[in-house]
Amino acid sequence: MRAYKPKDDVQKKSYYTDRYWVAPMVPKSKVEDDAVFAADLEAIKAKFEVSDAYIQVEQMVVYIKAEDNLGVLKLMKEELGYTQLSEMSAIDWIAKQGQFEIFYQMLSMGKRKRIRVKFFIDQKQAIESVNPLFRSADWAEREMFDMFGVIVNNHPYMKRILMPDDWEGHPLLKTYPLQGDEFAAWYEVDRIYGKEARDIIGPEIRESARVDRYDTERFSRLGFEVPMGAEPKAKDAEETPLAYQEEGGVFMIDKFEDDKTEIISDRKR
Amino acid sequence: MQQPNRLRPFFENITFDREDNEMIVNFGPQHPSAHGQLRLILHLQQEQIVKAHPDVGYLHRGMEKMGENMIYNEFMPTTDRMDYIASSSNNYGFALAVEKLIDVTVPRRAQVIRMMLLEINRLISHLFWLATTALDIGAMTVFLYAFREREYLMDIIEDYCGARLTHAAIRIGGVPLDIPDNFIPDLKDFLDKLPANIKDYEDLLDTNRIWLMRMENVGIISEEMALSWGCSGPMLRASNVAWDIRKEEPYELYDEVEFEVPYSDKCDNYARYKIYMQEMRESAKILYQTIDMYAETVKNNETELMAHAPQYISAPKLELMTQNYSLMQHFVLVTQGMRPPVGEVYVATESPKGELGFYINSQGGPYPYRLKLRAPSFWHTGILTDLLPGHYIPDVVSIIGTTNIVFGEVDR
Repeated sequence: MRAYKPKDDVQKKSYYTDRYWVAPMVPKSKVEDDAVFAADLEAIKAKFEVSDAYIQVEQMVVYIKAEDNLGVLKLMKEELGYTQLSEMSAIDWIAKQGQFEIFYQMLSMGKRKRIRVKFFIDQKQAIESVNPLFRSADWAEREMFDMFGVIVNNHPYMKRILMPDDWEGHPLLKTYPLQGDEFAAWYEVDRIYGKEARDIIGPEIRESARVDRYDTERFSRLGFEVPMGAEPKAKDAEETPLAYQEEGGVFMIDKFEDDKTEIISDRKR
Repeated sequence: MQQPNRLRPFFENITFDREDNEMIVNFGPQHPSAHGQLRLILHLQQEQIVKAHPDVGYLHRGMEKMGENMIYNEFMPTTDRMDYIASSSNNYGFALAVEKLIDVTVPRRAQVIRMMLLEINRLISHLFWLATTALDIGAMTVFLYAFREREYLMDIIEDYCGARLTHAAIRIGGVPLDIPDNFIPDLKDFLDKLPANIKDYEDLLDTNRIWLMRMENVGIISEEMALSWGCSGPMLRASNVAWDIRKEEPYELYDEVEFEVPYSDKCDNYARYKIYMQEMRESAKILYQTIDMYAETVKNNETELMAHAPQYISAPKLELMTQNYSLMQHFVLVTQGMRPPVGEVYVATESPKGELGFYINSQGGPYPYRLKLRAPSFWHTGILTDLLPGHYIPDVVSIIGTTNIVFGEVDR
């Protein structure tokens, strides 16, 4: 019987996990333990709904409602002094609960504190852009759209940023395979030669560690080199020495002689 | 869309729009001053830029995706390829993030060696920045001098880890090796000469008329704009914000060394240039102190280089060779990888370019569930959208130069 492979998460999985093994947790502490965070949380709670808040690895994590994102960030920027949005992106939880988790990583230079503001959205739900508050969100939101397909409303330039404009699929989704999908395999062939050349060229080989000793156009065997495109040498062929050079030598280039080389032990500085 | 005919030939790179006299030019993606594959779509009125669209992604390798399909230790050499000018700082950022996740403390000697590597990398990066930017502006001499000094530092790094560009010199939990015997004398030789070298560069550039014309009052980033765009590192400090993560949120032993954080309220290219030069001097100051700290660890016989956390990090060689259980754990760690606890962490370090952050979301598996790499250059490229309009074409080169963007990091 074939091993079961979940279709909604095609990322690499551990090949063995002890069935009795329970993963430990990174310790969380209460927000009240830190006076600065506690005050910030009070200020946010006064105006917005906070579903969960805790401190993990020196940073406060606050869960808010998706529609409050602009309001909470505005409050944090203008009243709490979190003047920089260092980073924002999404996490794909579609396989588990059909949702994306969005996080905003905020930095207050005055307080020397970092807060992570988070919320969940449904798979097709759009979020409001925070670009009017933080220009850094311009590119961060574009990257999030590019990688996850999360639509951002009222963004000035909602286009792909890292992938080509005409790409299909969103590469950081858990359903997207590491080596790319069918579309990725034909992308360059279609763009450069046209669809009609598919039969001649074949799909792009996207396996990074592929070696084919019979393909002498892309690969050569050290010591058994042949001209590009020629038949590979037989298995029992004689090895070509390292000092091999074209008959009659090459203009301006001395023949490399193995036995006359020496290794300099002291590199003078 | 162009409609070429015999009178209006097709220009691959330029669009003429007759009505408003606006010209659209592609700056790159193969422009030598773009320091990589940056395509800037510039809308021009005569020589003045009215609109700029940086187009990135030509070096996109999907590192975040790769990270989600690799065990933690496997990902370490991949981080080299982010900011390949100073690769140990990427190694370090990732190692620190994982160490915070699994909560281990690194032995003191490893910390000292890490700080040495980080500061050498900062010097390499700043020298490289100076060389390439000066070359873009036309100062060939500075390029040759700065590359010479950078070469010495690369030799020192090579003595340590065997590589010159992609170091992979730091491990999760410590460093793999102690420094070689000639490391400290070589480093001292270099550091003793460095002030005179920096003075040479400054003599060549500081009051150079062409340099001043290209740098002074060009590319002014106001404090508000720098904060809003998420700038960090020298870009932020040149905009009147004295913020250095090494100082404000100290990691490793940065709270034990003395150094200044140079900043400026001039906000222009020239201010950034001066900050880079001053930071080199500060790095040298830190390196002198780390040499003393290293001597102290030798005196106290602190020889450990890797943290002791057997379920996450392989035990030292002696234990592997003598104790069966350590060897079994080592096999599991190598074949399956460590399994950090469930949780998430965002750790920012001060790389030569700015705030380098690693966000890791672990679900208790040997592969990170989500890995987000926060590269400073990404935002320093984005700011060109707002920064370039109003400037002239030659300013583009000097502005890109002083932003110090590296495309391995922008595109990841």
